[in-house]
Amino acid sequence: MENRPLEYDYTIAKMFMFTTIVLGIVGMLIGVILAFQLAFPGVNLFLGEGLAEYTNFSRLRPLHTDAVIFGFTLSGVFATWYYVGQRVLKVSMAESKLLMTLGKVHFWLYLVVVAAVVVSLFAGVTTSKEYAEFEWPIDIGVVVVWVIWGMGVFGLIGIRREKSLYISIWYYIATFLGIAMLYLFNNMEIPTILGTSAAGESGICAWYHSVSMYSGTNDALVQWWYGHNAVAFGFTVPIVAMIYYFLPKESGQAIYSYKLSLLSFWGLMFVYLWAGGHHLLYSTVPDWMQTMGSIFSVILILPSWGSAINMLLTMKGEWQQVAASPLIKFMILGSTFYMFSTLEGPIQAIKSVNAIAHFTDWIVGHVHDGVLGWVGFMIMAALYHMAPRVFKREIYSKSLMAAQFWIQTLGVVLYFTSMWIAGITQGMMWRAHDEFGNLAYSFIDTVTVLHPYYTIRGVGGLLYLVGFLMFAYNIYKTMSARPVEERELQNASPMGA
Amino acid sequence: MDIAQIQAYGYFALTVFLVLALYGYIYHLYTKKKDVDGIDYESYSDMALKDDLDDAPVSPKSDDKLTP
Repeated sequence: MENRPLEYDYTIAKMFMFTTIVLGIVGMLIGVILAFQLAFPGVNLFLGEGLAEYTNFSRLRPLHTDAVIFGFTLSGVFATWYYVGQRVLKVSMAESKLLMTLGKVHFWLYLVVVAAVVVSLFAGVTTSKEYAEFEWPIDIGVVVVWVIWGMGVFGLIGIRREKSLYISIWYYIATFLGIAMLYLFNNMEIPTILGTSAAGESGICAWYHSVSMYSGTNDALVQWWYGHNAVAFGFTVPIVAMIYYFLPKESGQAIYSYKLSLLSFWGLMFVYLWAGGHHLLYSTVPDWMQTMGSIFSVILILPSWGSAINMLLTMKGEWQQVAASPLIKFMILGSTFYMFSTLEGPIQAIKSVNAIAHFTDWIVGHVHDGVLGWVGFMIMAALYHMAPRVFKREIYSKSLMAAQFWIQTLGVVLYFTSMWIAGITQGMMWRAHDEFGNLAYSFIDTVTVLHPYYTIRGVGGLLYLVGFLMFAYNIYKTMSARPVEERELQNASPMGA
Repeated sequence: MDIAQIQAYGYFALTVFLVLALYGYIYHLYTKKKDVDGIDYESYSDMALKDDLDDAPVSPKSDDKLTP
């Protein structure tokens, strides 16, 4: 055997970088189509009457949400795990054949599940549970993929050289455990072929169809315990894991306070799980549960801001780097948007505010300033940092990255400001009534008024998609850019003009 | 005392316990400054900054694996 020095092995990280980009394009493209369908209903038929079934809003909407959550974001989480995990544990995937095989199986099975999801959702096969639309055979596939990832995570931790686990590893572990628990409990379902109806019929519906084990208020409670914590353990926890590694690494600055990072971790873990009730304010769930959801949502500001401020203060004395590096701009704006949406969320969870905000576009705006500004920016920044190191080449173009940053920032701002105005307008119009309690407006009145804001939102989304395509192109070109020496890569990523 | 009251007292006690545990943890972190192995918490940032395979670990798991 030739005697080469041991190196980190990024094979699996590269594979997941690829799906992050491809599924990001797919999910965001569908999102833009949906936005224009809301502004211009004719777009529902953009492939003609014959294919209307596949192009209408209701068929595409779960494809958008699932592609960006379970496609783009999860791929980004996996890609960064297979990069960060090795580095902070100081152990290479190449040291264990078993872990390498598990990683490959993880990737290919994930791809099979993604294909099954795309086909089934396009075909209209769904459980109708939001963000949990997959039918039972796919759910089993998801669980297998997740368990394999978990074996990889704990396997790598098991052969580590670094005794302590870096804070990012804590967050990745929390992601694994959190989603495992949430997904299992929310997707408890019974295949209909196993059931018998009251009239004695059996073998009801297609083999893949199932019904949830929960119903009514219980179903709503479990669903939003899941839905809200999917945001926690999919959009917050692993993204915090990323920024705790990539920002200090790219800037060369130690975390402002490692102690604060530990504290915020436990704060977030404890508080987040109780906040889901705010999705069910003014519904049939018990009043005390609604109040608890509100209170915990407000308390959630503390651990969230603990992490975000920790990141901003990491740049203390080094703010010129934010001006100089578009890569650091992405991360700093990302943590700023994190602060912003973790303040906005608790405000919306206050009962009196929620009376106006509930069911309106303000909620959609809130979700998107979080996912576009925080999740999207952070994942792209992570991939930009990883690209020169996994391909051993400089980033193709710094100016393209800078242009992308400003185009996408403008896109996010257009998105959330239009949705603020639309949402609050909607909320006020729905509530308006005359002295006898008759509603002042019918639903179509609100639709007419909101049209310009829906158009602006579509444009904002389109700008973000354009920026994402620039990102994809930049990464693609990086694969054939100027090669760089290993020692050039200590901190700041090398970038071409 | 019915079940709802027991739940309420239990919930209150749990909240108090968790608040005490959290503040105890803060007090511990900021007064001791070091963990049980005598390592300053802040030096753990180096796990990210010095993460090449041949960099020395902040606290090695075992001596025999030090040189890959």
